[in-house]
Amino acid sequence: MAGKTMQSMRNPLARVRGLGSAKEGVHHWWAQRLTAIALVPLTIWFVISIAGLAGVDHAGAVAWIGSAPVAVLLVLLIAAVYWHAQLGVQVVIEDYVHNEAVKLTALIALKFAAIALGVASIFAVLRLAFGG
Amino acid sequence: MAEFTLPANSKVKIGDTYKAPEGAKRIKTFKIYRWDPDKGGNPRLDTYEIDMDTCAPMVLDALIKIKNEIDTTLTFRRSCREGICGSCSMNIDGTNTLACLKPINEVDGEVHIYPLPHMPVIKDLVPDLSVPYAQLASVEPWLQTQTLPSPTEERRQSPDERAKLDGLWECVLCFCCTTSCPSYWWNGDRYLGPAVLLQAYRWIADSRDEFTGERLDALEDPFRLYRCHTIMNCTKTCPKSLNPAKAIAEIKKLMVLRQ
Repeated sequence: MAGKTMQSMRNPLARVRGLGSAKEGVHHWWAQRLTAIALVPLTIWFVISIAGLAGVDHAGAVAWIGSAPVAVLLVLLIAAVYWHAQLGVQVVIEDYVHNEAVKLTALIALKFAAIALGVASIFAVLRLAFGG
Repeated sequence: MAEFTLPANSKVKIGDTYKAPEGAKRIKTFKIYRWDPDKGGNPRLDTYEIDMDTCAPMVLDALIKIKNEIDTTLTFRRSCREGICGSCSMNIDGTNTLACLKPINEVDGEVHIYPLPHMPVIKDLVPDLSVPYAQLASVEPWLQTQTLPSPTEERRQSPDERAKLDGLWECVLCFCCTTSCPSYWWNGDRYLGPAVLLQAYRWIADSRDEFTGERLDALEDPFRLYRCHTIMNCTKTCPKSLNPAKAIAEIKKLMVLRQ
């Protein structure tokens, strides 16, 4: 706090105007809400279904995942979860990581990880659904 | 990374104590943040014991009494002493508010007074607000039109249109809300903060203004607007009981509406 006033000689308005508005952000905000809305019914369905699988053996679980409506809902759930999660973690990184190089690296790693994990999860479901 | 602890040169030390006069019956203790740029060193917390039988009821009254009668070096901003100028904003008893509107008897025990949080300190209770002021200037808080003003008539507004500005025009720009916002603490260089966004919305909501689209363009930014995570400290702390969080939500709604 104390004594931090005079770090830059650039005037405050020049600093505040900076590089200008990115004219972007509304899509991120809207996508986060959309995926949140989608996740409400999907998560409720998933939790109830998993509870209902209690005591079912491996073959039964595989058969359940392989049935068409379940596989479709699982793929939707996975897509929504990873999309929503990476949007949220992106905001956390932007909030707290102020070193530009570290921030950029973290954001790239986040996006790649979300896509890789999401695709792997969906592939697993499809494999069971198509009897692989 | 965001700073979660104070830097070493900002750690607050114990300062001087000014005892109440002999025979004082109702004593209230004020612990006040002090930092003098000419002396440098670390800030300190000075203790002032005030005889409440000779002090008016508000925190600002006590500060003025201290400056007049006990310690003339105490530095703070004040002007109107009735909550309309926004000068005496500071952190009292852990909450940002206007010293002139804060009754001393609302504080249990010792009254702790600090400058607005997370701002550079100029001296004692005076923070450097040049960045928030520049952010205010950046949203161009004045009426903008293409239509030339009529020489014989005012710019007209229906009562309903005028009512949309209620809860916005009353802001006195004390920046209690902005400096209470954790998102502003971490990203105050790019996030405009609740006070400035409320002012921006005051002109977006004005039916006479013709530059709504340009105003929204300038705000549509991951940092300028969307660093608001609806933490709501702004609305909770506002000494004028305004709702900056709602104004920000209205801006976000308009951003979606124009897609």
